[in-house]
Amino acid sequence: MSTYAQKQGFGATIWDYLTTVDHKKIAILYLIAGGFFFIVGGLEAMFIRIQLAVPNNDFVSAGLYNEILTMHGTTMIFLAAMPLIFAFMNAVMPLQIGARDVAFPFLNSLGFWLFFFGGVFLNLSWFLGGAPDAGWTSYASLSIASEGHGVDFYALGLQISGAGTLIGGINFLVTIINMRAPGMTYMRMPLFTWSTFVVSALILFAFPPLTVGLFLLIFDRMFGGNFFDHTMGGNTIIWEHMFWIFGHPEVYILILPAFGIFSEIFATFSRKRLFGYSSMVFATVLIGFLGFMVWAHHMFTTGLGPIANSIFAVATMAIAVPTGIKIFNWMFTMWGGSIKFTTPMLWAVAFIPSFVAGGVTGVMLAVAAADYQYHDTYFVVAHFHYVIVGGVVFALFAGAHFYWPKMFGTMLNEFLGKITFWLFLIGFHLTFFIQHFLGLMGMQRRIVSFLPGQGFETGNLISTVGAFFMAVATIILLINIIMTTVKNERVGNDPWGDGRTLEWALPSPPPFYNFKQLPLVRGLDAYWLEKMEGKKGMTPAEPLGDIHMPNNSFIPFVISLGLFVAAFGAMYRAETAWGIPVLIIGLLITLGSMAMRSIKDDHGYHIHKEDLMDDDDNKGVKA
Amino acid sequence: MQAEEKFTAETWPTAPERATLEGKNKFLGFWLFLGGETVLFASLFATYLALKDKVPNAEHTLAKDLFDLPLVFAATMLLLTSSLTSVYAMHHMKNFNFKKMQLWLGVTVLLGAAFLGLEIYEFNHYVHEYHHTFTSSAFGTAFYTLVGFHGGHVAFGLLWIVTLMIRNSKRGLNLYNAPKFYVASLYWHFIDVVWVFIFTVVYLMGMVG
Repeated sequence: MSTYAQKQGFGATIWDYLTTVDHKKIAILYLIAGGFFFIVGGLEAMFIRIQLAVPNNDFVSAGLYNEILTMHGTTMIFLAAMPLIFAFMNAVMPLQIGARDVAFPFLNSLGFWLFFFGGVFLNLSWFLGGAPDAGWTSYASLSIASEGHGVDFYALGLQISGAGTLIGGINFLVTIINMRAPGMTYMRMPLFTWSTFVVSALILFAFPPLTVGLFLLIFDRMFGGNFFDHTMGGNTIIWEHMFWIFGHPEVYILILPAFGIFSEIFATFSRKRLFGYSSMVFATVLIGFLGFMVWAHHMFTTGLGPIANSIFAVATMAIAVPTGIKIFNWMFTMWGGSIKFTTPMLWAVAFIPSFVAGGVTGVMLAVAAADYQYHDTYFVVAHFHYVIVGGVVFALFAGAHFYWPKMFGTMLNEFLGKITFWLFLIGFHLTFFIQHFLGLMGMQRRIVSFLPGQGFETGNLISTVGAFFMAVATIILLINIIMTTVKNERVGNDPWGDGRTLEWALPSPPPFYNFKQLPLVRGLDAYWLEKMEGKKGMTPAEPLGDIHMPNNSFIPFVISLGLFVAAFGAMYRAETAWGIPVLIIGLLITLGSMAMRSIKDDHGYHIHKEDLMDDDDNKGVKA
Repeated sequence: MQAEEKFTAETWPTAPERATLEGKNKFLGFWLFLGGETVLFASLFATYLALKDKVPNAEHTLAKDLFDLPLVFAATMLLLTSSLTSVYAMHHMKNFNFKKMQLWLGVTVLLGAAFLGLEIYEFNHYVHEYHHTFTSSAFGTAFYTLVGFHGGHVAFGLLWIVTLMIRNSKRGLNLYNAPKFYVASLYWHFIDVVWVFIFTVVYLMGMVG
């Protein structure tokens, strides 16, 4: 443990991150990787908007356009939004419940590396003969017909990264159930922890259908299966069901943590207890539950019949009720509060009208009969960008500013943060508001270009201008991050001054064992309670003693690498001689390293009491 | 209680799989994983039911003419019995009787391997007698995927249990490996439950058309 206090060389730092099992470092890995893919997906979005800026544009060819839009959606959902959310869950949730780490630190690392190698595999398609081009939904009728290996990259890459997500979900569930500090009852858990809990349950039950759907696609495309080939008795609708049984819970997997982040921010900067805490918990659980019963609203035009459509329409509209409960609770939290308009709070306040606009169009789309008009138009594009950007991306920006000091020990510049906010907010509404009307006027989704004289010119140009605003806002955030990191002004435990939950009772960043002594939790907003009683920190729940810690391990990296290698073998199996050997070698690497993990005992190690006492004056332990 | 601690039959806790925090986490995490596995198999069952008897033309064999019930019944009995013997193994694990646990795990592995042998024979039979293959029809693809996924789980379970038995053969039971044996046996029960559904949905319902 003493190595942590020393200055490390660059190579040692890299090795440390490759082998780390510390949830705070894994959070940083998720943040970096997710941020990278967010920029990649953002560049793809810019290409889409440049192509559609003027009628009859030929900035990209039609085939390349299909690849770009497919990769934009796939990257943003699976490789940017999910890992960025996982970054905050990893960074904050164990601290909020007063735990020293997650339940399975080794699996936490494995989850990250699986996601990472899956994402890299998927993006290598750009350099190896072309990216997937069947849309992020990859409907089987298109994806079976797609030539080249694009869709194979999609199926195998998502399979690998999906396994990582599932592992992460199980890990968070066990952590929250088993690892809470003394006194941290379920109804004292911060809302972000609650949303992590519900989302992890959604991941557990929503990802297996995707796994199966992807297997069916892999078997059909690479191993001669007939699931989706109607001439052999197959049925392409099976894919639609599998994809959306996963895909609809997936949107709640993205939005619920966003709700959690905003709940923390509203309470913190209104300096008031979250209004209606128990109804917030209830609403979160109910949204998670209903989220599984609405998948067919993506398939109203598939022809499931009026009864199925009506049931799914009603279930979809029902979700507006718990969501409305949340919206009102956030507003009542601010009501009468002593509000501070910091950067995170600006994002949170702007989120309410933006997200409600997306929710209203969501209820419009839920009307099955009307959906026949909206389906596959820009109205749908506008709707889901309003909920995903106006909800999830706003939360990621807000969370980045809010939790940056806790993760890195230094505050992002507030002035630049506010510029990022205003540019992004203006750009966001410029880009997507007009798309509602483009859609109602008949502009199809995923269209590569449009003709002049049909009334689409102005709207599309405005939309493209807005996209550039968002791009500039993101660049300013990057500049802010670089400036902040270079300046590196260290901050104390509670840099916002109004922290309510346990993470703010710890140094920024926290020592690698988090809590020297587990804290005693006496109510909701545990740290705030102590502060209100004039105490400096938490009351310990245990005497100072040895702390048991897990060992670092390189095995998660190797397990994931094996699957990455095997995926190449599976893909090139039919046309090359080396396909099968590579497939076998890859699987052997994975199974061998799993066996190694199983055979070699790993008891971890103990930090001794005496070393902990020395640590007192060394608050800023290197993260 | 520490994972490395030495025990006797008297000091051995009543629930050794949950005596340490690591054990508790494993126990709960594995139950949750089985929840996810249930959804995985549910998706495969749904796919199978949607594609059952969906063949390109009348020359292909349908479910009611394909399945050989006596053989499948024998396989079912083997797997059900192996679940029982794994219960015996866990009974001895809880009583700190390492030798008997290993013995019953050995019987479990043999029964599982026999089941797998029958399944391979069965697939081989369908391929050569009825030309019912993975690529011959959507029915074939769905059948081999569902039953094959289960078979793959059995094979993985066998490897897992054998690895555990060999790794721990010299050192006996402690609180570090007791949870490992326990979750492996949970997994084995899960495979068994899935097979009960396969026997019902694929084979019995297949016989009635």
